[in-house]
Amino acid sequence: MAENASMRRVIIVLVAAAALTLGGCAAKQPKPAPPAPGETSEPAQGAGAGTASAAAANPDDEAMGPQAGLLATRLVYFDFDSAEIKGAGTDVVAAHAKYLGAHAATRVRLEGHTDERGSREYNIGLGERRAQSVRRALLLQGATDTQISTVSYGEERPVAPGHDEAAWAKNRRVEIVYLTQPLPAKP
Amino acid sequence: MSVRRVPDSVPWRLPRGTGRAVALLALLAVAPGAPRPASAALEIEVTSGVRDPVPIAIVPFAPSAPADGGLDVAAVVQHDLEGSGRFRALARARMPAKPTRTDEIAAGSWKSAGSDYVVVGRVSALGGGELAVDFDLVNALTGARLATQRFVGAPSALRNAAHRVSDVVYQKILGVRGAFATRIAYVAVEGAVPEQRFQLIVADADGANQHLVLESRFPLMSPAWSPDGQYLAYVSFETKHSGVYVQRVKSGERRQVSARAGVNGAPEWSPDGRKLALTLGGGGGNPDIYILDLTTQDLTRITDDPAIDTEPVWAPDGRSLYFTSDRAGSPQVYQINAQPGAHPKRITFGGSYNARPRVSSDGTQLAMVTLDNAAYRIAVQDLSSGAVRVLSHGRLDESPSFAPNGATLIYSEREGERGALATVSIDGLTGLRLKAPQGEVREPAWGPFSP
Repeated sequence: MAENASMRRVIIVLVAAAALTLGGCAAKQPKPAPPAPGETSEPAQGAGAGTASAAAANPDDEAMGPQAGLLATRLVYFDFDSAEIKGAGTDVVAAHAKYLGAHAATRVRLEGHTDERGSREYNIGLGERRAQSVRRALLLQGATDTQISTVSYGEERPVAPGHDEAAWAKNRRVEIVYLTQPLPAKP
Repeated sequence: MSVRRVPDSVPWRLPRGTGRAVALLALLAVAPGAPRPASAALEIEVTSGVRDPVPIAIVPFAPSAPADGGLDVAAVVQHDLEGSGRFRALARARMPAKPTRTDEIAAGSWKSAGSDYVVVGRVSALGGGELAVDFDLVNALTGARLATQRFVGAPSALRNAAHRVSDVVYQKILGVRGAFATRIAYVAVEGAVPEQRFQLIVADADGANQHLVLESRFPLMSPAWSPDGQYLAYVSFETKHSGVYVQRVKSGERRQVSARAGVNGAPEWSPDGRKLALTLGGGGGNPDIYILDLTTQDLTRITDDPAIDTEPVWAPDGRSLYFTSDRAGSPQVYQINAQPGAHPKRITFGGSYNARPRVSSDGTQLAMVTLDNAAYRIAVQDLSSGAVRVLSHGRLDESPSFAPNGATLIYSEREGERGALATVSIDGLTGLRLKAPQGEVREPAWGPFSP
């Protein structure tokens, strides 16, 4: 901000700590509202009658997944404002496509991310475009559509905390996340 | 700029259920263990000011102990007015006297002390546990009373009454309705992946009186006020998938209104409060603008383009939407009629990046994020002349939101590792910064005037 301040002072403003939260507690406990009719709520709710029981496996929980060779690599990186898979990312995507083609019940979630520059919702769009780019490459090389879901976090979940090109390059990524619950076996 | 006259002597009441709201808000996060405060203080700092602020004396109000809880009403008014950058307050030590009524004011002595205006007032206890705040605004030269008004409410709402005093003084002297007795919503974030903690917070426009609305380990984004100030729409990733939710601020009651495949984002209320404009990506992953009728759940597609179309906002007449699209290669702002099959018109042409539009309540000014000398800054475009002014000076400024009087924008900026909120007047002359002591605060949304 400009330093030509004709007034400059600091006021410590009161804070009413109106709401109490718990340190280290696992997030809020909002009741998941039932989706409105016609909505395709992404997490397949139907699997198992157990409602919110803590023991019930979430179909979207993350699994270790395959670890051999390139399959241990789950990150695909992108240039600024680009969704084009390049360089090492091409081989990583090809390895996962081959694995998914050979393991038809295995599911992955593709999480698209951007660096912090620009507006947040636009970056959600960019992250989705990157996730879709990886999705199409997986489909072309043997995976099937039912094995893949996508989500874009835009700039909301950076892995590198800095604010320079080195950090930005690490944050422009798609994460390939293997999920615990397999697809039902085909009849 | 819409100028609305406040009738003299408007009684106000504490909204029913406010006490209950606090209890319910706490319930949202209830779990065994040691409680701790929702967040720590925001610091406010005036970052710039106009050259010739109006000199004014705000004399300490006659207190009403113990019902007033020791709140210094005049100090709150002084913070509001000085914080706007438009006023310079006389130090209490230099006041020639401490009157609390107009007829106790010796006009000449205040003018010699350098004040053009004097505010005097008193807090008094009424029956039924209520407090009254009476105040007068006086011309220091002539002794003429320019405004006199009484606010009545519960003691817990005394601070709000002080902001309403500020609103009236601001309007009487500057001719524009003040926006001090309004609220902001914003997102606070602490920690790094995977231990991030997101909080949706509502506070008074001066950053005081914070209330936790929702907390999550997964991203919370894009809070938007309903036109009546009762609800917030926002995006939550709590299911590891994006969803748009609508929550009643007082009670905490919430519902998911969209969790379709792909992107669910960028909700903005229609001026009549019945619909949301939002961004949906669908399974194919291509974000377009839709309108969701909150009563019927009917969904109307507005744009259909392979580009990223997002960040819709309604024109004040509800007939068209402004939104961001990269259909011409780089993100720019477009306007489209709020009907299926309409064709968008490009609004921004300067530079390679113009995004996240917001419109002033009178429909004349468009605020946005613009790329300016390799930095992301807040700019305002005059919609009739097309003239653009860059108002902020940071490197990563974003999320502009107009005050309901159109005089000020709030936005977020980054200072080192911390994200702060900042305000700037639309002439660019006056600014304030609200900083969180740790973590970052971002995505401020300025609420409507309260009734």
